[in-house]
Formats: sequence, structure tokens, C-alpha cells
Amino acid sequence: MTSSSLMAGLRDHPNEIDRMGRFAAMKRVGVASAIVLGLLSACKNPIGSRYEPDDAAQERGLLAINEAGCAACHEIPGVAWPKGRLGPSLDGFDDVGMIAGQLPNRPDLLAVFIRNAPSVKRHTTMPAMPVTQSEAADIAAYLYGLDDD
Amino acid sequence: MIDALWGWPPPVLDPAGPYADKVTTLAWALFGMGVVVTAIVCAALWLAVRGSPRMKALIGGERTIWIGGIAFPGVVLLGLLVWGLTLTASLTQPIRGDEMRIRITGEMWWFRVQYLNADGDIVMEDANELHLPVGVPVVLELEGADVIHSFWVPHLSGKKDMIPGRRTLLRVQADRPGEFGGLCAEYCGSQHALMGFVAIAHKESDWQTWFDDRTTRVARTEMLAETAPPDAMPYPGDAAAYPMELGTLERYDARRGMRLFMESGCAACHRIAGTEANGLAGPDLTHVGSRRSLGAGILPNNRGTMMGWIGDSQSIKPGNRMPSYDVLSAEDIGHIAAFLELQK
Repeated sequence: MTSSSLMAGLRDHPNEIDRMGRFAAMKRVGVASAIVLGLLSACKNPIGSRYEPDDAAQERGLLAINEAGCAACHEIPGVAWPKGRLGPSLDGFDDVGMIAGQLPNRPDLLAVFIRNAPSVKRHTTMPAMPVTQSEAADIAAYLYGLDDD
Repeated sequence: MIDALWGWPPPVLDPAGPYADKVTTLAWALFGMGVVVTAIVCAALWLAVRGSPRMKALIGGERTIWIGGIAFPGVVLLGLLVWGLTLTASLTQPIRGDEMRIRITGEMWWFRVQYLNADGDIVMEDANELHLPVGVPVVLELEGADVIHSFWVPHLSGKKDMIPGRRTLLRVQADRPGEFGGLCAEYCGSQHALMGFVAIAHKESDWQTWFDDRTTRVARTEMLAETAPPDAMPYPGDAAAYPMELGTLERYDARRGMRLFMESGCAACHRIAGTEANGLAGPDLTHVGSRRSLGAGILPNNRGTMMGWIGDSQSIKPGNRMPSYDVLSAEDIGHIAAFLELQK
């Protein structure tokens, strides 16, 4: 079929042009969304940092950290002093695998661990700490918000 | 302590007692006089450069030197000196001898606090905290144990050096209840910046109750016998049990903590009244459970910071005289912390 006969055929069936145009448009949308999805998935952080806490919670978290004295045992970015070494450093916590090497990395579980570690990890060195539930959630937000890369 | 030193107005401009008040008044007066003199000098300078010839002649003569350079400063400085000495005379008033006396000794890097009776005997010992009744002048006997320190609670008074081999006296008085932060104000070694202090002013009746309670305290060891043995305690260790309220879980055994405290070396440096722990090198821990802070005003006092301090105080305050007890297991450290928390 030559191009002229195709054009002639299309002229005879005007609906065909419409259908092809729609197909092209759909194809463009498909490509575009594939690109967007591709970009999005490229931006996606590793599993440990998918949780994006809000700034206000992080600020409150840092205050609570200082009030409870967490840094007596942990090196914590954003806390200039002390940098206690009895417990692990919390530097780069957003990239950590399991909480305390044992618990699923979930914000709610981290908050429970911060408040009452022995309740979720039997033989942990870390004792229950005098923070409220919301303070513990804020501290978890602060730790997940640490992004040094 | 750090918190107590921040805030607005700054402690030096916010006197909480008559002695600090006088220091603040004097400071403002000197500052005001300085502003006036600077203004006069600037005005004279402006006239000397931009003034009319008549004005230049007026301020350029020998008479100006006599008046502005000799008579004016002489009178002003003499006046300020006399007024300042009169104002602050009460700060150096001789001690009558019937005042309440508290001995505070600066050590590297903490403050030993001893409450004395009328005969000068020590009736109660504490560290890094001074409790005083509102409205009552207290004479502090300041000493230095090793090097020169300086005692400074800006809300209550000026600074006073703590000198080894010599006793200096400082009178303080709080006129309102509150917590007033203080610190060592004389460089005394690497951890000088972490040598903090807090003065707590109570209403007079509250203070008496507090003091009677402390001086009649019996060791909290008998009480320990009443606690259930650790294996009898429920242990809700499952994740399903969370979130749980604090205090529902106590896996630490304070009785075992006491034994560890006596046997692991703690008791060689720390004293706990009513027990066999009678070490004198470190802070008295008889009331450590009720202290506002740990490590000389630098950490909040809770189970976590207590364990962190026992286990690795050298990472918190490097060079302090307590070794890091990382030879103990985490569980042992927890037991000791649980025991110390009961020492109110």
C-alpha cells in the first residue's frame, strides 16, 4: 500500500485518524509516566531511610535527646557533647539495617525501643529511659532524619 | 547546670539575693558612668574637629586639661570608689560565727559539699549541689583540694577562689526559691568546663524538712530486703507487650547491685552512709539518687546516664579520676545503677 493510497483510505475513514492520534497520545503518556516512575524509583532511598520525618518532630526529638542525656552513651550527630562510647554510635542511623542488630527497622518499633528497650530486646544493655511516648517518637524521627550522604 | 546558666536575663544581671544584687548594682553604675564619660569625650572630639574657632579655643586651653583631665576624673573616680566600697562593705563583713555554715571543696572536677553544725562538725555530705533556705545568709567555707578552683553561682554572689591549704569565706543568700546554676570559674585542668554546680533555694520550712529527712536517713539497704527476688519478677519480654508504661519492668536487682558496689571497688572511693562503703576520694553517694545531675552538673540523672557514667565515664569526661568500669557486664552495671537510684 503506497502512501497516497493510505491517505486516500484515511480520507474515506476519518475516524481512523482520530484513533491513531489517540494511540500516539496514549503512547506519549505511557513513555512519560515510565520516565517519571523511573526517576522516582531512582530517587528512592534505601530501605532504612524510606521514612521521611517532618522537621518539627526532628527538632523536638533533638531537645528530648538532650533532656534525657542519650549522648552519655551514644555518639549522636548534632550533639556536640557528650559523645559517650558505652553504646553504639548513632551516626548515619538512617542507613542502619536492623534496630540494635535485631529488631525490624520500623519507626514505631524504634520509638518503643528508645522508651523501653528491654521490653523488645531482652538482654540489651540499654535501660528504659524517662521519655514519654511522643518524645520517643520524636527522637526516632530525629534519628531517621539523620542523612549524611 | 547548663540549663540553669542559660536564659534571659543572663544570671549575672538577674540577682536572686542581696549579695549578688550589690554586685549587679555596682556593675550597672560603672557601666552607666562609662557611657557618660565616653559621650563627653566624643562630644569634645567632635567640637575640636568641627566646632567654631571660639569653641576650639575654649576646649583647647590648659584649663580644659586641668578640669577635664585631672579634676573631673579625680572627683568621679574617688566618688565611685567611696560609693562602691560602701555599697559592697557587707560582702566582706566579718563572720559573726552563728551563721549557717557549709563547706564546699573544689576537686578535679567536682564540688564536695559538707553541711556543718554549730561546732563545725560535718553532719551531712553531698556533692555538686547546695540546698539553702530562702532569706537566710549562709557562710560558705571554700577550699581547694588539689589546684585552685573558683566558686561562682552568678545569681547568688560574685566569684571566690578555692585555694588549696587556705579557707576563704563567701556569704550567699537567696531571696527567692529556685535553682541557680554555677560553675568553676578558674581554669583547673582539662575538664574545667565540665565542672558544674547547682544551688537550690527552698522555702525555709521546706528546707528544714529536707534537712531533717537527710540527716536522719538510714541506709536504703533494709528496704532492699523487701523487694522480690529477680526471678520472681514478671518479665514481659515479648514485643507483643509493647507499648508498656515505664516502671512496669524492673529486671535489675538492687540487692545484687549493692553487693557489686561493695565488691567491685566502688566502695573504695565512694561513701554511702549506713553501709560499709566509706571511701572518701570520690563524691559521697549517700543521696545520689536525689541529685539533679550526674558528673558534676553535666548529665541528667536517670538510669541510662548512670549506667553510661559507670560503664564509660572516661568517654564522657576524659581524664576524670573514676575509671570506666567496662570490666563489668552490662547487667552488673544495671544492678549497680538500680542500687544507686535508691540512695535518696
